[in-house]
Amino acid sequence: MKHKVAVTVNGHKHEHEVEPRLLLVHYLRDVVGLTGTHIGCDTSQCGACTIHVDGKAVKSCTMFAVQADGRSLTTIEGMAKGDELHPIQQAFWDEHGLQCGYCTPGFIMAAAYLLEQNPNPTEDEIRKGLEGNLCRCTGYVNIVKAVQTAAKTMSGTTAGKTQVAAGGN
Amino acid sequence: MRVGESVRRPDGAAKVRGRFEYSSDLHAPDMLWGATVRSPHPYARIKAIDISAARAMPGVHVVLTHKDVTGRNLYGLEIKDQPVLAHDFVRYWGEAVALVAADHPEQARRAAQALKVDYEVLKPITDAEAALAPDAAKLHPNGNITRQVKIRHGDQSARADIVVTGEYEIGMQDQAPLGPESGLAVPEQDGSVELHIATQWLHVDQEQLAAVLGLPPEKVRLTMAGIGGAFGAREDLSMQAHACLLALEAGRPVKMSYSRTESFVGHVHRHPGRLWYEHGADRDGRLVYVKARILLDGGAYASSSTAVIANASCFSCGPYRVPSATIDGIVAYTNNPPCGAMRGFGSVQNCYAHEAQMDKLAAELKMDPVELRMRNALQTGDKLITGQTIDGPVPVAELLKSIAAMPLPASGEGKGGDVDLTKLPGGVSNTTHGEGVKRGVGYAIGFKNIGYSEGFKDYSTAKVRLFTKDGKARVEVHTAAAEVGQGLVTVQAQIAGTELGVNDVVVLDADTNVGSAGSSSASRQTYITGGAVKTASEAVRDRVIAMARAELRAPSGLHIENDNVVTGTGKLVVPLATLLGDEVIEETREFHPRQTFPLDAETGQADAHMQYAFAAHRAVVDVDAELGLLKVVELATAQDVGKAINPQAVEGQIEGGSAQGLGLAVMEEIQLKDGVIRNASFTDYLLPTILDMPPVRMDVLELGDPNSPYGLKGVGEPPTISSGPAIAAAVRAATGRPITRVPIRPHDLTL
Amino acid sequence: MNFLQPSTWAEALAMKAAHPEALPIAGGTDVLVEINLDHNRPDTVMDLTRVADLAEWATEDGLVRVGAGVTYTRIIDELGDRMPGLAMASRTVGSPQIRNRGTVGGNLGTASPAGDAHPPLLASDALVELASASGTRRVPVRDFFTGPKRNAARKDELIAAFLIEPATGPQTFSKVGTRNAMVIAVCSFALALDAGRRRVRTGIGSAGPTPLPAPEAEQFIEGELDWDGRQPPSDAAVARFGELAAAAAKPIDDVRGTAAYRRHALSVMARRSLGWAWQDYRVGWA
Repeated sequence: MKHKVAVTVNGHKHEHEVEPRLLLVHYLRDVVGLTGTHIGCDTSQCGACTIHVDGKAVKSCTMFAVQADGRSLTTIEGMAKGDELHPIQQAFWDEHGLQCGYCTPGFIMAAAYLLEQNPNPTEDEIRKGLEGNLCRCTGYVNIVKAVQTAAKTMSGTTAGKTQVAAGGN
Repeated sequence: MRVGESVRRPDGAAKVRGRFEYSSDLHAPDMLWGATVRSPHPYARIKAIDISAARAMPGVHVVLTHKDVTGRNLYGLEIKDQPVLAHDFVRYWGEAVALVAADHPEQARRAAQALKVDYEVLKPITDAEAALAPDAAKLHPNGNITRQVKIRHGDQSARADIVVTGEYEIGMQDQAPLGPESGLAVPEQDGSVELHIATQWLHVDQEQLAAVLGLPPEKVRLTMAGIGGAFGAREDLSMQAHACLLALEAGRPVKMSYSRTESFVGHVHRHPGRLWYEHGADRDGRLVYVKARILLDGGAYASSSTAVIANASCFSCGPYRVPSATIDGIVAYTNNPPCGAMRGFGSVQNCYAHEAQMDKLAAELKMDPVELRMRNALQTGDKLITGQTIDGPVPVAELLKSIAAMPLPASGEGKGGDVDLTKLPGGVSNTTHGEGVKRGVGYAIGFKNIGYSEGFKDYSTAKVRLFTKDGKARVEVHTAAAEVGQGLVTVQAQIAGTELGVNDVVVLDADTNVGSAGSSSASRQTYITGGAVKTASEAVRDRVIAMARAELRAPSGLHIENDNVVTGTGKLVVPLATLLGDEVIEETREFHPRQTFPLDAETGQADAHMQYAFAAHRAVVDVDAELGLLKVVELATAQDVGKAINPQAVEGQIEGGSAQGLGLAVMEEIQLKDGVIRNASFTDYLLPTILDMPPVRMDVLELGDPNSPYGLKGVGEPPTISSGPAIAAAVRAATGRPITRVPIRPHDLTL
Repeated sequence: MNFLQPSTWAEALAMKAAHPEALPIAGGTDVLVEINLDHNRPDTVMDLTRVADLAEWATEDGLVRVGAGVTYTRIIDELGDRMPGLAMASRTVGSPQIRNRGTVGGNLGTASPAGDAHPPLLASDALVELASASGTRRVPVRDFFTGPKRNAARKDELIAAFLIEPATGPQTFSKVGTRNAMVIAVCSFALALDAGRRRVRTGIGSAGPTPLPAPEAEQFIEGELDWDGRQPPSDAAVARFGELAAAAAKPIDDVRGTAAYRRHALSVMARRSLGWAWQDYRVGWA
């Protein structure tokens, strides 16, 4: 039996009939067509599928799509404003906070939640805030650097959390 | 976009936006989903396969077994010993037996569960030593020894005043790339197939697939799909042949995507091993001889075991002067999961042993462990235990000096007031407030070969094309080299940009429409494919200069800079775009490094390797000795990279490689019971988190190898070799326990 | 799979009565892993995240009643002062993303011996409130866990809340895992001192078929502690407490650790926890 799910994803409304067994991450990837949210483990460990549900970071493999009915979701695709990258995206690129990049969207979404809660985190707070995301390539050093850089960029601009300051390119 | 600059990754923008297309994101209209029926037994005879129930399931289009393999049902990187679909026997838990394609992945999985296989369960051989016993069942026609390497170097009856012995055990590590295996096979009208796949080597996949599918190579075309990490896990075929077989049979595109659990049986692992060592030294600490027996468990099929055991043997003594060596390296078939390539490739296992032995020797001699290593440090011009004279920079002593001189991190204790749990072993799990915590410092150094060895043909092909686009010069670089995350796309663009003086450089998607690049492994791509891009770019440049001289009667000494042809003094001769007009200048070149030769079967003597790379680590570890929990406080490392083509990417490789070494040292192990993996998920196969991996202090040396392009050395693997052994040494220093097995488990430190 | 999504508590109870086989989910952080791994294929799932009442907490008759749908993040942020042991345990659950979804109610429902919330609930003598269409009952958490992944709830019942007395003394929680974050307990230990009643309560996780208290250890140390003079207990008493705590466990060898190590680690954690809690009592509790 299919169920209706109506969600706002990155500001756009979507409505579909889905099987209740469908995971939110599969809904986003296969139904909405947003494949930037990745699947790395199926056991809620790797964090590659991290998105925001009503502003809170969650692993989208821990929710059925039908549970998201009526919620507002933000995925990695919703972070940039047109051609302008979000400062966290910019910082991950600039600081070489990624190699294969598979974990990157999840890290960026986890970092965005962290910086929302704590705009000026210490290195320890950054590490604690990103404990739920695994990266196999970088050894995390440049990920910490990227979040530090993003925090600086973001606090350097007006109070708005999603204000974009970085130079693009 | 020049060599030596920290240029950002060209694929970075797409990756941070979530727009980079990984193999798991592939989609084709009308595609089916494949699923694999896998053996629940580590060893069994297949008596019968009944596909009828599976075939009758809803949505199912195709069910295939070994009978449907259209070509030769055997493949393998070194030895063709592995069936695409098991026919008479299954030899490991999770071996592929049959395939299903259905409309929906869930239907495919259910059908795979419905397929019936009648097995006669056999007693598995799950220990490499047991596999060598004379009465052991033969798992393959030639017996259970996949390869034996003998090295006999120097005086075989050498004796020494000081002798230390040890036995060491290494657990089975998984590469655990974050992106599980996936790919999409698209059949064409003419009976050919197009495979979009995340692989480390397109052409060797193509060659193996052609044989398995019974098609000529030109009818099997491969295009690289986005890769979510590799580290050796994508050197062998996983779902490639399966998806192609299903697609060709169904006449429709077929996608296969492994779950994490399936990924654990879908690729090979790092060889677990047992190593016995005896070191003899004089009273000044100079090594007299090393004797070792290295036994690696290769699992059910050969994969790259024969090359791994060669490395484990060749580098068994570490980067030291060893006048006499007696080394026996054996890799055996068992009914454990197959093992093959993983970053470090044989040099990781032995580094634990030779470095533990050096520390033991230092303790015996009451000598500083770094001093003992320096005293025995290999130098340029020395003979290795394989008889090869090592040339180029051999900075063993410099690297050791560098890490020993780096400042040590502040002690975690004695701050008073609130305890910062995140700085202690156990972290916020609140297991200690300082009780039982001891700090240890450990050192290790390792080395390995860069590129292929033992006469295995090593080369890469690059096509470089220069033309005008929108009034500006553009360079396109086309190779079949796999960008697995290491930054090869950046390096290729930097090299072409440097050699051609052009700012707009595009690296095309890798595919089989250009010649082989070899694999993204053995830390070889920047050297070999970088060399090919350099050579092809030089050929294009020569033609541009010749054209400029011919058309403009320009003087000699021209070069290209910033999209312009300029004189030797930098004066503009002509903008490149103007010179080119509609002309397209394209050159394809192969790059071949110097030749290597097979190890002698009886003595292991040969110029078997092309280049050597070295890295050293110092680890500072806090151990809660009472609970056996630990926290790596800092890793410090020094590595000679010859020339950092992209310094930021080099640092990233060193940090990431060190992290994988840390993982094996303290937590990562595929746990087997009677051949069955007990922890095939990230819940129980633990990877280091951001709270486990410490900051890295590093010294990147650029000593320049006279034999290589730009003087560079391969970078990727050395960090993975010595970081773990340094951690083990630090734990030894902290606890006084011998630590002869990794990963180090809490009960090893307490009971 | 059928999917039920009640929007009120009454509706939820009615649905559970009509569909006793329905598997309730809150944050889904346990259940969905089981489903993703194909370890569980429930026919019917009941999503409780729309029941607003479940996400409330309030004080009643001296107890804090916490709805089964209150997340770990909120327990840490809103209730850390009242239930410090549970808050400490909550901080070790998964990661921020999991703590934003996961709930103590869900942990109780799964009733895994490794559930991080269970030891502090045991040490706090918490009550679990079970409700059905025909009524409500409160079960002491010590009677709640009936077997591996089994609990005292009847088929027609849902977990409504748990109730805890605000801390009446120092509380601690420790968990052994083989990495420094995001790890399932090899074993865990919770301790609560009840200064007023001069009681010690314990909870052991991941070292038996169910979460367990260590009553002999509790009785022994209650008698040894110098509640008035607040002098530290003797080393021998502390050691004995550790031994008795370890003896209460019924561990096995599994992929996460050995039985022998678990006993050893429990004795160490019990000793250390007692030391920390007693130190807090000496300096901090009136």
